[in-house]
Amino acid sequence: MLDATTHRFACLPDAPGVGYKPQHFTEIVNDAGPVAWLEIHAENYMGDGGRPIAQLRHLSERFAFSVHGVGLSIGGEGPLDSEHLARLRHLVGWLDPASFSEHLAWSTHDSAFLNDLLPLPYTEASLARVAEHVDEVQEVVGRRMLLENPSSYLTFEESTLAETEFLREIAKRTGCGLLLDVNNVFVSATNLGTDPVSYIDAFPLELVGEIHLGGHDDDEDDHGAPLLIDNHGREVADPVWSLFEYTISQSGPKPSLIEWDNDVPEWPVLKAEASRAASVLETANA
Amino acid sequence: MTVDQTTFRKALLDPDAARPDGLNDGRGQPAGRRFDVYRNNVAVSLTEALEVGFPVIRKLVGQDNFKLLASAYLRLHPPRSPLMMHFGADMPSFLAEFEPARQIGYLPDVARLELAIRESYHAADAEPISPAELEALSPEALTGASVRLAPSLRLVRSPWPIFSIWRFNVEEGAQSPKMAAEDVFVSRPNLDPVPRPLPSGGAEFITALLTGATFGDAMDKASEASRNFDLPVVLTLLVEMKTLIEIGG
Repeated sequence: MLDATTHRFACLPDAPGVGYKPQHFTEIVNDAGPVAWLEIHAENYMGDGGRPIAQLRHLSERFAFSVHGVGLSIGGEGPLDSEHLARLRHLVGWLDPASFSEHLAWSTHDSAFLNDLLPLPYTEASLARVAEHVDEVQEVVGRRMLLENPSSYLTFEESTLAETEFLREIAKRTGCGLLLDVNNVFVSATNLGTDPVSYIDAFPLELVGEIHLGGHDDDEDDHGAPLLIDNHGREVADPVWSLFEYTISQSGPKPSLIEWDNDVPEWPVLKAEASRAASVLETANA
Repeated sequence: MTVDQTTFRKALLDPDAARPDGLNDGRGQPAGRRFDVYRNNVAVSLTEALEVGFPVIRKLVGQDNFKLLASAYLRLHPPRSPLMMHFGADMPSFLAEFEPARQIGYLPDVARLELAIRESYHAADAEPISPAELEALSPEALTGASVRLAPSLRLVRSPWPIFSIWRFNVEEGAQSPKMAAEDVFVSRPNLDPVPRPLPSGGAEFITALLTGATFGDAMDKASEASRNFDLPVVLTLLVEMKTLIEIGG
Protein backbone atom coordinates (compact mmCIF):
# COMPACT_ATOMS: atom_id res chain seq x y z
CA MET A 1 0.00 0.00 0.00
CA LEU A 2 1.23 3.42 -0.98
CA ASP A 3 1.75 5.95 1.77
CA ALA A 4 -0.88 8.65 1.48
CA THR A 5 1.61 11.35 2.40
CA THR A 6 4.01 10.66 -0.47
CA HIS A 7 1.80 10.21 -3.52
CA ARG A 8 0.30 12.95 -5.62
CA PHE A 9 -3.46 12.98 -5.61
CA ALA A 10 -5.36 13.28 -8.87
CA CYS A 11 -6.02 16.93 -9.51
CA LEU A 12 -8.08 17.14 -12.67
CA PRO A 13 -10.52 20.09 -12.53
CA ASP A 14 -14.16 19.30 -11.66
CA ALA A 15 -15.06 20.18 -15.23
CA PRO A 16 -15.59 18.40 -18.54
CA GLY A 17 -12.77 16.76 -20.43
CA VAL A 18 -12.70 14.84 -23.70
CA GLY A 19 -10.79 11.88 -25.04
CA TYR A 20 -8.19 13.53 -27.24
CA LYS A 21 -8.18 12.69 -30.95
CA PRO A 22 -5.37 14.05 -33.14
CA GLN A 23 -7.82 15.21 -35.84
CA HIS A 24 -9.18 17.77 -33.33
CA PHE A 25 -5.78 19.28 -32.52
CA THR A 26 -6.23 22.65 -34.25
CA GLU A 27 -9.81 23.14 -33.13
CA ILE A 28 -9.00 22.29 -29.53
CA VAL A 29 -6.18 24.83 -29.56
CA ASN A 30 -8.43 27.49 -31.08
CA ASP A 31 -11.77 26.76 -29.49
CA ALA A 32 -11.81 24.35 -26.58
CA GLY A 33 -15.19 25.61 -25.35
CA PRO A 34 -15.93 24.16 -21.90
CA VAL A 35 -13.25 21.47 -22.26
CA ALA A 36 -10.77 21.96 -19.43
CA TRP A 37 -8.70 18.79 -19.69
CA LEU A 38 -7.83 15.99 -22.08
CA GLU A 39 -7.42 12.26 -21.75
CA ILE A 40 -5.13 10.11 -23.85
CA HIS A 41 -4.81 6.38 -24.20
CA ALA A 42 -1.32 5.80 -22.86
CA GLU A 43 -0.42 3.18 -25.46
CA ASN A 44 -0.82 5.62 -28.38
CA TYR A 45 1.92 7.83 -26.94
CA MET A 46 4.61 5.27 -26.35
CA GLY A 47 6.48 5.81 -29.59
CA ASP A 48 9.88 7.50 -29.52
CA GLY A 49 8.86 10.80 -31.11
CA GLY A 50 7.08 12.38 -34.05
CA ARG A 51 3.67 14.00 -34.23
CA PRO A 52 1.90 12.21 -31.33
CA ILE A 53 4.55 13.28 -28.83
CA ALA A 54 4.88 16.77 -30.36
CA GLN A 55 1.12 17.36 -30.07
CA LEU A 56 1.09 16.08 -26.53
CA ARG A 57 3.95 18.36 -25.47
CA HIS A 58 2.17 21.33 -27.03
CA LEU A 59 -1.24 20.60 -25.52
CA SER A 60 0.14 19.77 -22.09
CA GLU A 61 1.22 23.38 -21.69
CA ARG A 62 -2.43 24.41 -21.73
CA PHE A 63 -4.52 21.52 -20.58
CA ALA A 64 -4.47 19.20 -17.61
CA PHE A 65 -3.99 15.64 -18.82
CA SER A 66 -5.28 12.28 -17.81
CA VAL A 67 -3.24 9.27 -18.90
CA HIS A 68 -5.60 6.35 -19.33
CA GLY A 69 -3.98 2.98 -19.91
CA VAL A 70 -5.81 0.35 -21.95
CA GLY A 71 -3.16 -2.36 -22.14
CA LEU A 72 -1.77 -3.20 -18.71
CA SER A 73 -4.01 -6.21 -18.06
CA ILE A 74 -4.30 -5.56 -14.33
CA GLY A 75 -6.91 -8.31 -14.08
CA GLY A 76 -4.63 -10.84 -15.78
CA GLU A 77 -3.83 -14.19 -14.16
CA GLY A 78 -0.19 -13.82 -15.13
CA PRO A 79 2.34 -11.25 -13.90
CA LEU A 80 2.23 -7.67 -15.17
CA ASP A 81 4.37 -6.91 -18.21
CA SER A 82 7.43 -5.20 -16.72
CA GLU A 83 8.40 -3.62 -20.04
CA HIS A 84 4.99 -2.10 -20.33
CA LEU A 85 5.11 -0.84 -16.77
CA ALA A 86 8.43 0.81 -17.57
CA ARG A 87 6.86 2.52 -20.60
CA LEU A 88 4.03 3.81 -18.40
CA ARG A 89 6.50 5.07 -15.86
CA HIS A 90 8.37 6.90 -18.63
CA LEU A 91 5.23 8.52 -20.08
CA VAL A 92 3.86 9.54 -16.70
CA GLY A 93 7.32 10.74 -15.76
CA TRP A 94 7.82 13.22 -18.59
CA LEU A 95 4.19 14.29 -19.09
CA ASP A 96 3.45 14.57 -15.36
CA PRO A 97 -0.31 14.22 -15.90
CA ALA A 98 -2.92 15.23 -13.36
CA SER A 99 -4.27 11.69 -13.30
CA PHE A 100 -3.34 8.15 -14.27
CA SER A 101 -5.92 5.40 -14.60
CA GLU A 102 -6.39 1.84 -15.81
CA HIS A 103 -9.12 -0.79 -16.02
CA LEU A 104 -10.44 -3.61 -13.90
CA ALA A 105 -9.99 -6.03 -16.79
CA TRP A 106 -7.43 -8.22 -18.54
CA SER A 107 -6.19 -8.12 -22.09
CA THR A 108 -2.95 -10.13 -22.19
CA HIS A 109 -2.62 -13.86 -21.68
CA ASP A 110 0.24 -16.20 -22.66
CA SER A 111 1.95 -13.13 -24.17
CA ALA A 112 -0.87 -12.48 -26.66
CA PHE A 113 -2.44 -9.04 -26.35
CA LEU A 114 -6.13 -9.23 -27.27
CA ASN A 115 -6.88 -5.48 -27.51
CA ASP A 116 -10.12 -5.69 -25.54
CA LEU A 117 -11.06 -5.23 -21.90
CA LEU A 118 -11.92 -8.76 -20.82
CA PRO A 119 -13.88 -9.66 -17.69
CA LEU A 120 -12.75 -11.43 -14.55
CA PRO A 121 -14.63 -13.25 -11.79
CA TYR A 122 -15.00 -11.42 -8.48
CA THR A 123 -13.57 -13.82 -5.91
CA GLU A 124 -11.19 -13.58 -2.95
CA ALA A 125 -8.44 -15.02 -5.18
CA SER A 126 -8.91 -12.47 -7.99
CA LEU A 127 -9.21 -9.70 -5.41
CA ALA A 128 -5.83 -10.61 -3.93
CA ARG A 129 -4.24 -10.77 -7.38
CA VAL A 130 -5.67 -7.45 -8.61
CA ALA A 131 -4.66 -5.74 -5.36
CA GLU A 132 -1.11 -7.01 -5.80
CA HIS A 133 -1.05 -5.72 -9.36
CA VAL A 134 -2.39 -2.31 -8.36
CA ASP A 135 0.27 -2.11 -5.63
CA GLU A 136 2.94 -2.94 -8.19
CA VAL A 137 1.67 -0.34 -10.68
CA GLN A 138 1.60 2.38 -8.04
CA GLU A 139 5.08 1.45 -6.86
CA VAL A 140 6.59 1.44 -10.34
CA VAL A 141 4.73 4.40 -11.79
CA GLY A 142 5.26 6.25 -8.55
CA ARG A 143 1.82 7.64 -7.99
CA ARG A 144 -1.70 6.79 -7.02
CA MET A 145 -3.84 5.38 -9.80
CA LEU A 146 -7.56 5.26 -10.49
CA LEU A 147 -9.15 1.90 -11.33
CA GLU A 148 -12.17 1.88 -13.67
CA ASN A 149 -15.30 -0.25 -13.41
CA PRO A 150 -15.85 -2.36 -16.56
CA SER A 151 -18.90 -2.82 -18.76
CA SER A 152 -20.19 -6.37 -18.49
CA TYR A 153 -21.98 -8.61 -20.95
CA LEU A 154 -21.98 -11.69 -18.73
CA THR A 155 -21.14 -12.84 -15.21
CA PHE A 156 -19.02 -15.65 -13.81
CA GLU A 157 -20.80 -18.34 -11.81
CA GLU A 158 -17.78 -18.50 -9.53
CA SER A 159 -18.07 -14.83 -8.46
CA THR A 160 -18.76 -14.34 -4.77
CA LEU A 161 -18.44 -10.55 -4.48
CA ALA A 162 -20.42 -7.69 -5.96
CA GLU A 163 -18.41 -5.45 -8.27
CA THR A 164 -18.85 -2.46 -5.98
CA GLU A 165 -17.58 -4.48 -3.00
CA PHE A 166 -14.67 -5.72 -5.08
CA LEU A 167 -13.64 -2.20 -6.14
CA ARG A 168 -14.10 -0.81 -2.64
CA GLU A 169 -11.86 -3.52 -1.22
CA ILE A 170 -9.16 -3.00 -3.89
CA ALA A 171 -9.12 0.71 -3.04
CA LYS A 172 -8.95 -0.07 0.66
CA ARG A 173 -6.05 -2.48 0.29
CA THR A 174 -4.00 -0.41 -2.18
CA GLY A 175 -4.94 3.20 -1.55
CA CYS A 176 -5.90 3.61 -5.21
CA GLY A 177 -8.77 5.82 -6.29
CA LEU A 178 -11.60 4.85 -8.61
CA LEU A 179 -12.74 5.94 -12.03
CA LEU A 180 -16.51 5.65 -12.30
CA ASP A 181 -17.71 5.04 -15.86
CA VAL A 182 -21.41 5.87 -15.67
CA ASN A 183 -22.08 4.47 -19.14
CA ASN A 184 -20.46 1.20 -18.07
CA VAL A 185 -22.73 1.13 -15.01
CA PHE A 186 -25.79 1.57 -17.20
CA VAL A 187 -24.61 -0.95 -19.81
CA SER A 188 -23.78 -3.59 -17.19
CA ALA A 189 -27.00 -3.06 -15.23
CA THR A 190 -29.11 -3.35 -18.38
CA ASN A 191 -27.21 -6.40 -19.58
CA LEU A 192 -27.29 -8.23 -16.25
CA GLY A 193 -30.76 -7.16 -15.15
CA THR A 194 -29.67 -5.13 -12.14
CA ASP A 195 -30.46 -1.59 -10.99
CA PRO A 196 -27.98 1.12 -12.03
CA VAL A 197 -29.07 3.54 -9.29
CA SER A 198 -28.43 0.90 -6.61
CA TYR A 199 -24.98 0.40 -8.11
CA ILE A 200 -24.23 4.13 -7.78
CA ASP A 201 -25.60 4.08 -4.22
CA ALA A 202 -23.28 1.19 -3.34
CA PHE A 203 -20.25 2.77 -5.05
CA PRO A 204 -17.69 4.53 -2.82
CA LEU A 205 -18.19 7.93 -4.47
CA GLU A 206 -15.72 9.57 -2.11
CA LEU A 207 -12.95 7.62 -3.87
CA VAL A 208 -13.96 8.72 -7.37
CA GLY A 209 -11.30 10.86 -9.05
CA GLU A 210 -12.89 10.89 -12.46
CA ILE A 211 -16.13 10.05 -14.26
CA HIS A 212 -16.47 8.65 -17.78
CA LEU A 213 -19.40 9.14 -20.12
CA GLY A 214 -19.64 7.46 -23.51
CA GLY A 215 -22.06 6.11 -26.09
CA HIS A 216 -23.25 2.52 -26.45
CA ASP A 217 -24.96 0.40 -29.12
CA ASP A 218 -28.11 -1.71 -28.76
CA ASP A 219 -28.28 -5.43 -29.42
CA GLU A 220 -30.13 -8.46 -28.03
CA ASP A 221 -29.04 -11.74 -26.47
CA ASP A 222 -30.33 -15.25 -27.35
CA HIS A 223 -33.52 -14.70 -25.37
CA GLY A 224 -34.32 -11.28 -26.80
CA ALA A 225 -33.11 -9.50 -23.66
CA PRO A 226 -31.43 -6.15 -24.33
CA LEU A 227 -27.68 -6.38 -24.76
CA LEU A 228 -25.95 -3.01 -24.78
CA ILE A 229 -22.50 -2.78 -26.32
CA ASP A 230 -20.06 -0.26 -24.90
CA ASN A 231 -18.50 1.01 -28.14
CA HIS A 232 -17.84 4.73 -27.55
CA GLY A 233 -19.17 5.36 -31.04
CA ARG A 234 -21.98 7.86 -30.57
CA GLU A 235 -23.57 10.45 -28.27
CA VAL A 236 -24.10 9.60 -24.61
CA ALA A 237 -27.58 8.06 -24.29
CA ASP A 238 -30.32 9.95 -22.39
CA PRO A 239 -30.67 7.42 -19.54
CA VAL A 240 -26.90 7.65 -19.04
CA TRP A 241 -27.19 11.44 -18.74
CA SER A 242 -29.90 10.90 -16.11
CA LEU A 243 -27.69 8.49 -14.22
CA PHE A 244 -24.83 11.00 -14.46
CA GLU A 245 -27.07 13.73 -13.01
CA TYR A 246 -28.03 11.41 -10.18
CA THR A 247 -24.39 10.52 -9.55
CA ILE A 248 -23.30 14.15 -9.48
CA SER A 249 -26.17 14.99 -7.15
CA GLN A 250 -24.74 12.41 -4.73
CA SER A 251 -21.02 13.01 -5.23
CA GLY A 252 -20.80 16.69 -6.06
CA PRO A 253 -18.95 17.85 -9.19
CA LYS A 254 -16.19 15.59 -10.54
CA PRO A 255 -13.84 15.70 -13.51
CA SER A 256 -16.12 14.22 -16.20
CA LEU A 257 -14.94 12.86 -19.52
CA ILE A 258 -16.71 12.37 -22.84
CA GLU A 259 -15.25 9.28 -24.51
CA TRP A 260 -15.79 8.96 -28.24
CA ASP A 261 -13.31 6.54 -29.81
CA ASN A 262 -15.10 5.07 -32.84
CA ASP A 263 -16.73 7.00 -35.70
CA VAL A 264 -15.16 10.06 -34.11
CA PRO A 265 -17.33 13.12 -34.89
CA GLU A 266 -16.40 16.64 -35.89
CA TRP A 267 -15.15 18.79 -33.03
CA PRO A 268 -18.41 20.80 -32.57
CA VAL A 269 -20.34 17.58 -31.87
CA LEU A 270 -17.87 16.48 -29.22
CA LYS A 271 -17.76 19.98 -27.78
CA ALA A 272 -21.57 19.99 -27.51
CA GLU A 273 -21.41 16.77 -25.47
CA ALA A 274 -18.85 18.41 -23.19
CA SER A 275 -21.16 21.43 -22.83
CA ARG A 276 -23.96 19.15 -21.74
CA ALA A 277 -21.69 17.65 -19.10
CA ALA A 278 -20.70 21.17 -18.05
CA SER A 279 -24.30 22.14 -17.44
CA VAL A 280 -24.85 19.10 -15.22
CA LEU A 281 -21.72 19.91 -13.23
CA GLU A 282 -22.82 23.55 -12.87
CA THR A 283 -26.17 22.47 -11.46
CA ALA A 284 -24.32 20.59 -8.76
CA ASN A 285 -22.24 23.69 -8.02
CA ALA A 286 -25.30 25.93 -7.73
CA MET B 1 -17.43 -24.11 -12.39
CA THR B 2 -14.50 -21.76 -12.90
CA VAL B 3 -13.38 -20.20 -16.17
CA ASP B 4 -9.68 -19.51 -16.37
CA GLN B 5 -8.13 -17.06 -18.80
CA THR B 6 -6.55 -19.82 -20.89
CA THR B 7 -10.02 -21.22 -21.61
CA PHE B 8 -11.45 -17.77 -22.21
CA ARG B 9 -8.68 -16.80 -24.58
CA LYS B 10 -8.85 -20.03 -26.62
CA ALA B 11 -12.56 -19.59 -27.19
CA LEU B 12 -12.07 -15.91 -28.07
CA LEU B 13 -9.72 -16.45 -30.96
CA ASP B 14 -11.38 -19.58 -32.32
CA PRO B 15 -14.88 -18.81 -33.59
CA ASP B 16 -15.60 -22.56 -33.93
CA ALA B 17 -14.64 -23.39 -30.35
CA ALA B 18 -17.42 -23.96 -27.83
CA ARG B 19 -18.12 -21.02 -25.55
CA PRO B 20 -16.78 -21.61 -22.02
CA ASP B 21 -19.21 -23.01 -19.44
CA GLY B 22 -19.55 -21.18 -16.15
CA LEU B 23 -20.61 -17.85 -17.64
CA ASN B 24 -24.17 -16.60 -17.36
CA ASP B 25 -26.41 -13.67 -18.19
CA GLY B 26 -26.84 -12.41 -14.63
CA ARG B 27 -30.26 -14.08 -14.43
CA GLY B 28 -29.04 -17.67 -14.16
CA GLN B 29 -29.17 -18.50 -17.87
CA PRO B 30 -26.02 -19.51 -19.80
CA ALA B 31 -24.29 -16.50 -21.38
CA GLY B 32 -24.70 -17.88 -24.91
CA ARG B 33 -24.00 -15.32 -27.57
CA ARG B 34 -23.12 -12.71 -24.98
CA PHE B 35 -19.65 -14.27 -25.12
CA ASP B 36 -19.52 -13.35 -28.81
CA VAL B 37 -19.44 -9.65 -27.87
CA TYR B 38 -15.85 -10.24 -26.71
CA ARG B 39 -15.02 -12.37 -29.74
CA ASN B 40 -16.33 -9.63 -31.95
CA ASN B 41 -14.54 -6.84 -30.07
CA VAL B 42 -11.21 -8.64 -30.38
CA ALA B 43 -11.59 -9.43 -34.09
CA VAL B 44 -12.98 -6.01 -35.02
CA SER B 45 -10.47 -3.95 -33.04
CA LEU B 46 -7.48 -5.91 -34.35
CA THR B 47 -8.81 -5.80 -37.92
CA GLU B 48 -9.21 -2.04 -37.62
CA ALA B 49 -5.66 -1.71 -36.35
CA LEU B 50 -4.46 -3.56 -39.47
CA GLU B 51 -6.63 -1.38 -41.71
CA VAL B 52 -5.05 1.72 -40.23
CA GLY B 53 -1.57 0.24 -40.59
CA PHE B 54 -1.89 -1.08 -44.14
CA PRO B 55 -4.17 1.24 -46.13
CA VAL B 56 -2.46 0.48 -49.44
CA ILE B 57 -2.55 -3.31 -49.00
CA ARG B 58 -6.23 -2.91 -48.19
CA LYS B 59 -6.80 -0.92 -51.36
CA LEU B 60 -4.83 -3.41 -53.46
CA VAL B 61 -6.74 -6.50 -52.30
CA GLY B 62 -10.11 -4.82 -51.67
CA GLN B 63 -12.01 -4.37 -48.42
CA ASP B 64 -13.65 -7.83 -48.33
CA ASN B 65 -10.43 -9.68 -49.04
CA PHE B 66 -8.61 -7.56 -46.50
CA LYS B 67 -11.07 -8.60 -43.82
CA LEU B 68 -10.44 -12.29 -44.62
CA LEU B 69 -6.73 -11.70 -44.65
CA ALA B 70 -6.85 -9.78 -41.36
CA SER B 71 -8.96 -12.50 -39.76
CA ALA B 72 -6.34 -15.13 -40.66
CA TYR B 73 -3.46 -12.84 -39.68
CA LEU B 74 -4.70 -11.92 -36.23
CA ARG B 75 -5.14 -15.58 -35.31
CA LEU B 76 -1.73 -16.61 -36.60
CA HIS B 77 0.09 -13.52 -35.33
CA PRO B 78 -1.85 -12.00 -32.43
CA PRO B 79 -0.19 -8.88 -31.03
CA ARG B 80 2.67 -9.55 -28.62
CA SER B 81 2.57 -6.02 -27.24
CA PRO B 82 -0.19 -3.65 -26.13
CA LEU B 83 1.26 -1.08 -28.53
CA MET B 84 -0.95 -1.25 -31.59
CA MET B 85 1.63 0.89 -33.40
CA HIS B 86 3.75 -2.28 -33.64
CA PHE B 87 0.97 -4.67 -34.64
CA GLY B 88 1.38 -6.16 -38.10
CA ALA B 89 5.16 -6.55 -38.18
CA ASP B 90 4.79 -10.07 -39.58
CA MET B 91 2.54 -8.95 -42.43
CA PRO B 92 5.22 -9.20 -45.17
CA SER B 93 6.07 -12.84 -44.42
CA PHE B 94 2.40 -13.63 -43.87
CA LEU B 95 1.47 -12.21 -47.29
CA ALA B 96 4.23 -14.24 -48.92
CA GLU B 97 2.64 -17.43 -47.59
CA PHE B 98 -1.08 -16.69 -47.36
CA GLU B 99 -2.49 -18.78 -50.20
CA PRO B 100 -5.06 -16.29 -51.63
CA ALA B 101 -2.44 -13.49 -51.72
CA ARG B 102 0.62 -15.42 -52.83
CA GLN B 103 -0.05 -14.78 -56.51
CA ILE B 104 0.46 -11.06 -56.01
CA GLY B 105 4.24 -11.03 -55.73
CA TYR B 106 4.67 -7.38 -54.77
CA LEU B 107 2.31 -7.40 -51.76
CA PRO B 108 4.97 -8.35 -49.17
CA ASP B 109 7.26 -5.52 -50.26
CA VAL B 110 4.42 -2.99 -50.30
CA ALA B 111 3.63 -4.14 -46.75
CA ARG B 112 7.30 -3.61 -45.84
CA LEU B 113 7.03 -0.07 -47.17
CA GLU B 114 3.87 0.60 -45.15
CA LEU B 115 5.59 -0.75 -42.03
CA ALA B 116 8.60 1.48 -42.74
CA ILE B 117 6.33 4.54 -43.01
CA ARG B 118 4.63 3.69 -39.71
CA GLU B 119 7.97 3.14 -37.94
CA SER B 120 9.26 6.42 -39.31
CA TYR B 121 6.16 8.23 -38.00
CA HIS B 122 6.87 7.10 -34.42
CA ALA B 123 10.67 7.34 -34.54
CA ALA B 124 12.65 9.65 -32.26
CA ASP B 125 13.03 13.32 -33.21
CA ALA B 126 16.41 14.65 -34.27
CA GLU B 127 17.80 18.04 -35.26
CA PRO B 128 19.08 17.96 -38.89
CA ILE B 129 22.28 19.69 -39.96
CA SER B 130 21.82 22.78 -42.12
CA PRO B 131 22.74 22.75 -45.82
CA ALA B 132 25.32 25.46 -44.97
CA GLU B 133 27.14 23.08 -42.63
CA LEU B 134 27.49 20.58 -45.44
CA GLU B 135 28.55 23.24 -47.96
CA ALA B 136 31.21 24.51 -45.58
CA LEU B 137 33.10 21.22 -45.86
CA SER B 138 35.93 20.95 -48.41
CA PRO B 139 35.65 17.96 -50.80
CA GLU B 140 38.51 16.29 -48.88
CA ALA B 141 36.84 16.84 -45.54
CA LEU B 142 33.53 15.54 -46.89
CA THR B 143 35.18 12.38 -48.25
CA GLY B 144 36.65 11.64 -44.84
CA ALA B 145 33.54 12.53 -42.86
CA SER B 146 31.04 10.11 -41.41
CA VAL B 147 27.51 11.05 -40.59
CA ARG B 148 24.69 10.16 -38.25
CA LEU B 149 21.36 9.60 -39.95
CA ALA B 150 17.93 10.46 -38.56
CA PRO B 151 16.18 7.74 -36.50
CA SER B 152 13.18 8.20 -38.80
CA LEU B 153 15.15 6.92 -41.81
CA ARG B 154 14.00 3.61 -43.28
CA LEU B 155 15.17 1.89 -46.44
CA VAL B 156 13.11 -0.64 -48.39
CA ARG B 157 14.60 -2.35 -51.44
CA SER B 158 12.45 -4.30 -53.84
CA PRO B 159 12.53 -5.99 -57.24
CA TRP B 160 9.03 -4.51 -57.67
CA PRO B 161 8.00 -0.89 -58.37
CA ILE B 162 6.80 -0.49 -54.79
CA PHE B 163 7.12 3.27 -54.62
CA SER B 164 5.06 3.70 -57.81
CA ILE B 165 2.48 1.20 -56.56
CA TRP B 166 2.28 2.97 -53.21
CA ARG B 167 1.96 6.44 -54.78
CA PHE B 168 -0.62 5.28 -57.32
CA ASN B 169 -2.80 4.17 -54.40
CA VAL B 170 -2.45 7.22 -52.18
CA GLU B 171 -2.15 10.15 -54.62
CA GLU B 172 -4.90 11.32 -56.89
CA GLY B 173 -3.71 11.29 -60.53
CA ALA B 174 -0.37 9.58 -59.84
CA GLN B 175 1.21 7.73 -62.76
CA SER B 176 0.38 4.06 -63.02
CA PRO B 177 3.30 1.82 -62.01
CA LYS B 178 5.62 0.34 -64.65
CA MET B 179 7.60 -2.83 -64.01
CA ALA B 180 10.93 -1.87 -62.46
CA ALA B 181 12.87 -2.56 -59.30
CA GLU B 182 12.55 0.32 -56.85
CA ASP B 183 14.50 1.24 -53.75
CA VAL B 184 12.61 3.56 -51.42
CA PHE B 185 13.83 5.59 -48.55
CA VAL B 186 11.52 7.02 -45.95
CA SER B 187 12.40 10.00 -43.83
CA ARG B 188 10.53 12.58 -41.79
CA PRO B 189 11.46 16.11 -42.84
CA ASN B 190 8.73 17.45 -40.56
CA LEU B 191 6.19 15.37 -38.72
CA ASP B 192 5.00 13.32 -41.69
CA PRO B 193 7.09 10.47 -43.07
CA VAL B 194 7.83 10.94 -46.77
CA PRO B 195 8.79 7.98 -48.99
CA ARG B 196 11.06 8.82 -51.93
CA PRO B 197 12.45 6.55 -54.66
CA LEU B 198 16.24 6.37 -54.72
CA PRO B 199 18.36 6.67 -57.85
CA SER B 200 20.59 3.71 -58.59
CA GLY B 201 23.41 3.30 -56.10
CA GLY B 202 21.47 5.35 -53.55
CA ALA B 203 20.47 2.37 -51.42
CA GLU B 204 24.08 1.10 -51.30
CA PHE B 205 25.24 4.60 -50.38
CA ILE B 206 22.76 4.95 -47.51
CA THR B 207 23.33 1.39 -46.30
CA ALA B 208 27.06 2.11 -46.08
CA LEU B 209 26.45 5.36 -44.17
CA LEU B 210 24.15 3.52 -41.79
CA THR B 211 26.97 1.09 -40.95
CA GLY B 212 29.29 3.99 -40.13
CA ALA B 213 31.23 4.30 -43.40
CA THR B 214 32.70 7.68 -44.38
CA PHE B 215 31.22 9.54 -47.34
CA GLY B 216 34.22 8.44 -49.40
CA ASP B 217 33.77 4.75 -48.59
CA ALA B 218 30.00 4.97 -49.06
CA MET B 219 30.59 6.60 -52.46
CA ASP B 220 32.88 3.72 -53.44
CA LYS B 221 30.20 1.20 -52.50
CA ALA B 222 27.58 3.13 -54.44
CA SER B 223 29.83 3.44 -57.52
CA GLU B 224 30.57 -0.31 -57.39
CA ALA B 225 26.83 -0.95 -57.45
CA SER B 226 26.03 1.59 -60.14
CA ARG B 227 28.18 3.34 -62.72
CA ASN B 228 25.62 6.13 -62.83
CA PHE B 229 25.74 6.93 -59.13
CA ASP B 230 25.25 10.67 -58.78
CA LEU B 231 26.43 11.90 -55.38
CA PRO B 232 25.02 15.46 -55.57
CA VAL B 233 21.54 14.16 -56.34
CA VAL B 234 21.52 11.79 -53.38
CA LEU B 235 23.12 14.34 -51.04
CA THR B 236 20.53 16.95 -51.98
CA LEU B 237 17.80 14.43 -51.30
CA LEU B 238 19.24 13.58 -47.88
CA VAL B 239 19.50 17.26 -46.96
CA GLU B 240 16.00 18.11 -48.19
CA MET B 241 14.58 15.19 -46.30
CA LYS B 242 16.46 16.32 -43.17
CA THR B 243 18.09 12.91 -42.87
CA LEU B 244 21.61 14.05 -41.92
CA ILE B 245 21.73 14.92 -38.26
CA GLU B 246 25.41 15.02 -37.36
CA ILE B 247 28.55 15.19 -39.44
CA GLY B 248 31.96 14.44 -38.09
CA GLY B 249 35.49 13.48 -39.01
